[in-house]
Amino acid sequence: MQLLNTLLIGITAGSIYALMAIAFVLVWRSTRVVNFAQAGMALLSTYFGYEAVSRLGSFWIALPVAMIGGALFAALVELVLMRLLVKHASSGPIAGVAPIIATLGLLGVIRSVISMIWGGQDLRIVAPISNNGFTINGSTLVFSPLKLLVLVVVVVLLILLSILFQKTNLGLALRASAHAPEIARLSGVRVDSVRTLGWALAGAAGAVAGLFQTVNGNGNFSPDSIDFSLLLVSGFIAAVIGGLDSLLGAVLGGLFLGISISFVLMYISSGLFFIAPFVILLIVLFVRPQGIIGVKAGRRA
Amino acid sequence: MSLNVSNLTVHHGAICAVNQVSLAVPTGKLAAIIGANGAGKTTLLRALSGLNKPTSGVVNWMGQTITAEKPEKLVRMGISHVSEGKSVIPELTVRENLELGAIWRKNGKEMKESLDQVITIFPRLGERISQRSDTLSGGERQMLAIGRAIMSKPKLLLLDEPSLGLAPLVVEQIFQTIRDLTTQMRLTVVLVEQNAMGALKIADLGIVLNLGKVVAVDHAQALIQDPAVRAAYLGY
Repeated sequence: MQLLNTLLIGITAGSIYALMAIAFVLVWRSTRVVNFAQAGMALLSTYFGYEAVSRLGSFWIALPVAMIGGALFAALVELVLMRLLVKHASSGPIAGVAPIIATLGLLGVIRSVISMIWGGQDLRIVAPISNNGFTINGSTLVFSPLKLLVLVVVVVLLILLSILFQKTNLGLALRASAHAPEIARLSGVRVDSVRTLGWALAGAAGAVAGLFQTVNGNGNFSPDSIDFSLLLVSGFIAAVIGGLDSLLGAVLGGLFLGISISFVLMYISSGLFFIAPFVILLIVLFVRPQGIIGVKAGRRA
Repeated sequence: MSLNVSNLTVHHGAICAVNQVSLAVPTGKLAAIIGANGAGKTTLLRALSGLNKPTSGVVNWMGQTITAEKPEKLVRMGISHVSEGKSVIPELTVRENLELGAIWRKNGKEMKESLDQVITIFPRLGERISQRSDTLSGGERQMLAIGRAIMSKPKLLLLDEPSLGLAPLVVEQIFQTIRDLTTQMRLTVVLVEQNAMGALKIADLGIVLNLGKVVAVDHAQALIQDPAVRAAYLGY
């Protein structure tokens, strides 16, 4: 029973990491930038969600509000900050790293601005359904209706995302622009707009990850929330484990990481929760440096 | 004249890759641009499709000035460019690569018609329609790259070294296909080639480029006979 419990907790946490990893992968694929501000964007989206909950009273309105807010903000960052940056820092040793360093800076800026607007204290979003564990044969699990809900919503979003990518023209444009921007342009794809769209989708995915990370924890969040630092680290590591270029890899990386951490915390020590993701990352990098999906190096168009 | 280029100059940084090039290609004709490595052939072609920005000069297509337009706009005006080195996206299937060519047309029926047309021209692509395109042979990839361009319903086709890295027999097939397409679809074609003999054989007119400048323009057959061209580019 404890084994099943550990597995289910890991899958739930892992599905949230998977969403965050997808956000990293979408941005990486569209602009070759590792967006460390992703956690800040997710946090900001969670504040959007908080505003929606406190005004309109429903988590189910807050979720799309946070997603749309997160998507618009991310699109804005790409349009205004990233494009300017690429234009102004296009040569010299700084060119490759400038956008990545800028995202680190942006992370700090977002947190400060949030503190100025909402203050530094803990705010709270109440989960839409109970986080008390299911009871089976008299023993109570940690796995709860809320965790089940998180899992179902994430799975539905993943299915929608995969339909978007595999079955629509927009998805074809997104994939073509990621793999071969020049061929995409020659085929008539407006690659610049597609890049912005990639950021927007990442913003929406990060928003869901942020809200769920919050309600799946104790419901509290603040500009310095440790939950969001953990989300940043875990999402990034999950994306790297998945090969950074693959959406399927991001999902598998997230689940793998979530389940591994869950087992480490349950069977080794619960004090390891900040070290475990890094150790797991190092092990994966040693064993399979190309990530678990195993896209061969040097084939990138 | 459907394609008119006058005094086109293109720089790569400080290097002048294309220097005051003027040329004209009439509707429905196939022009071969030949010349040694580094003559500026690829740069010239990339400037025509909007991938490289010219420093000066004018490109005119069907009466409209298209200098420095973006490729995503030019493809909508009927200009398709097949770039150097089997320009297909290996991560996508054959079908997806082809559909990509028609992605801006937003008309499902037209896309289907074009797909059928391409498969009629290249039956091999039909057989491999669901395969990832990195499983194709070199010749099949070049067919796919040309097929993708056809999916855009071009009036002007720009081809960069379609024979590169292909076996001699396959090269002959590809050249024959390009000739047939030009005639059947009334395309205007600019073909850039290192394989000067192969290109001139199927071309209507030939243009010789050297160090970024046009050094000879004539009927393709006449160029094949020209002793200077023979010595420099045809190897005998």
